[in-house]
Amino acid sequence: MIRTSRVGAALLTLAVAAGVAACSSTTEEEPGAAVTLDYWLWDDNQKASYQQCADEFTKANPNITIKISQAAWNEYWQNLTTQIAAGDAPDVWTNQGSYYPQFVSSGQILDIQPYVTADKVDLSQYQGGLADLFTKGDQRFGLPKDWDTMALVYNTEHLKAQGIDAASLANLTWNPTDGGTFEQLIAKATVDEKGRNGLDPAFDKTKVKVFGYLPEWADGSQGQNGWGNLAASNGFTYLDKNPWGTQYKYDDPKLAQTIDWFKSLSAKGYAPALDKASTLSRDSLLNAGKGAITFAGSWMINSYLGEGAKLKFAFAPLPAGPQGRKTAINGLSDAIWAGTKHKDEAWKWVKFLGSADCQNIVGGNGVVFPAIKTASEKALAAHTAKGRDVKVFVDEAAAPGGTFFVPITEHGNEVSQLVQDAIQSAILGQSDSATALKKANDQVNALFK
Amino acid sequence: MSSTKPRDDRRAAWLFLLPVLVGFAVFYGYPAARGVWYSVTDYNMLNTATYVGAENYTKLLQDDQFWNAMLVTAWYVVLNIGSQTLLALGIATLMHRLTRSVVLRATLLLPWLVPNVTIGLLWMWLLDTNLGFVNQLLHTVGLGPVGFFTDETWAMPTVAGINTWAYTGYTALLLYAGMLQIPQYLYEGASIDGAGEWRMFRRITLPLLRPVLALVLVVSLIGSFQIFDTIAVTTKGGPVSATQVIYYFIYLQAFKYFHMGYAAAAAVFLALILGVLTAIQMRLLRASRSDLA
Repeated sequence: MIRTSRVGAALLTLAVAAGVAACSSTTEEEPGAAVTLDYWLWDDNQKASYQQCADEFTKANPNITIKISQAAWNEYWQNLTTQIAAGDAPDVWTNQGSYYPQFVSSGQILDIQPYVTADKVDLSQYQGGLADLFTKGDQRFGLPKDWDTMALVYNTEHLKAQGIDAASLANLTWNPTDGGTFEQLIAKATVDEKGRNGLDPAFDKTKVKVFGYLPEWADGSQGQNGWGNLAASNGFTYLDKNPWGTQYKYDDPKLAQTIDWFKSLSAKGYAPALDKASTLSRDSLLNAGKGAITFAGSWMINSYLGEGAKLKFAFAPLPAGPQGRKTAINGLSDAIWAGTKHKDEAWKWVKFLGSADCQNIVGGNGVVFPAIKTASEKALAAHTAKGRDVKVFVDEAAAPGGTFFVPITEHGNEVSQLVQDAIQSAILGQSDSATALKKANDQVNALFK
Repeated sequence: MSSTKPRDDRRAAWLFLLPVLVGFAVFYGYPAARGVWYSVTDYNMLNTATYVGAENYTKLLQDDQFWNAMLVTAWYVVLNIGSQTLLALGIATLMHRLTRSVVLRATLLLPWLVPNVTIGLLWMWLLDTNLGFVNQLLHTVGLGPVGFFTDETWAMPTVAGINTWAYTGYTALLLYAGMLQIPQYLYEGASIDGAGEWRMFRRITLPLLRPVLALVLVVSLIGSFQIFDTIAVTTKGGPVSATQVIYYFIYLQAFKYFHMGYAAAAAVFLALILGVLTAIQMRLLRASRSDLA
């Protein structure tokens, strides 16, 4: 009967996820026997580069073959968790900060510190601090593979048409009270239907043709694509210690001030209000000429400067806030499954992934910035050779005190939802920023009790 | 006098039922039982499930997000079923009384044949605030842009509207099939007696359609409770939690936060509610013996 089957189906989902049907056929093998390692990643842009690494690796280790599987972001984590639950996880997989702590707490990731010590892996070759993101106490759960920073991206033709000198974007300032020269820039870049910009007294904020700034409000608990960077430059820190902090500080007034400033942009008509915002991605809106400026991560370089872009874009450094210029920096790592039958082989592969040999290949393709500093320079050179000016990302990463790591803690996904909802409710005016953030912060910290 | 006992077919009947029963036990019974078991455990897929008694349920009853999800779902069901049934009834009547074109009937079914995810993406583009066609139209007639998916008051009516668009044709077809069972002579008699279309609809079509209408209503009501894909594609439960329906809540708990036990408890709770609705459906069907005699 339809009714019964539907009720059953509701429960079936859960049971299937619990791993009713999954089987493993790995068996112990003699040392030196042919081994196939499963390696997972989610970015289809990077698959080709890592396939090149795998080929090189197999050349050097003929008995080890690497089988790379790629799945889209959402499915990636669901599949991974299901496979782990079923006892048949990939030997090595790519990790990210919000998801990996739960695998550490449940003992699914191999502590590679003994290998790192034995093989004397040089941890100082990596971009500062990246290697530490994947440690807990004296245990280590991965070697860094790449990093990303944030910058402003802008429509060059539009800014020129508005009489804005591109050179002026190099030294923008920002503060939560009047928005500094950053707000001036946004105002000048905003144009209403009659062609008046945001500074014109006759500017009609109800009929905006091009918004000066496009905000991202589905930005989780980190605000990497907007508020996080400005809040940090205003002196806000997410939590007591990172990684593995247990006390978040979303009730910091410095964050509420930042959110209020973003809200004021919408009120002035310089940015779309959340309830009138598009559900499409900011890069499609920029490409459609609906916006002039927004934040962009270095992972977006190929979208904005590649062949797919319909308009001309360029990158500029983030504005400097009261505490200077601060960009979120985030990194990925490769981890070994604690349950793998081929620990030594998996370590060889992870070591290779974390080595200059592999990262130079990846860097040379100009897709991401590898964690090893010299390989990053290769990536920069590859971009420059293609005529893409992306130096700003590298400069920001290298600036002393100019970066902050996005939080790595337990309960990452729940924190993300709670904080995002709080910020959205503040932006929608359901509650004022300070109250909404205080409430969310209490809920967030309750998760750690 | 030969006293042949009627042959006992029960043994054979069970034999024939066996394949279905095995399928049912493996694919519904066992997972359902496991689901119920998980609902009383603390389980995140990576640990061993430990029994925690009614803890998940007591937590669920105190969870504002859960009750919000129930409320939001109820609001969706009212919007969706209301508009869908009224529209479908109108279309079915038009088909029944005006035209019986097969092409038209097939066209009506088209939206229903399109996968839900495609429908979600299609409408997401059409209704987008900045780039969408609908907002361009609104703009040309001088109306301001409407954030169909991002405005908290509009988001749910928009989702309900999309699904109404997708399912009205199908519902209309079911109702139309029910109308075909109403004898033509009733209409002929009524029109000879001078009854207009509206009167015939109220006095003949509606009363005689009642059993079919009841079935269609309750089946689509239960289907409506299970709204998920359109929301997962378009609003993702937002803005804030204005469209966080119960299925999306369960999905978040299970596959985003990996609270399997908690999600299972919510699923069992939903199953109970659907069970109550099923009971109502059974009763309605029994109560509505056809008036065609």
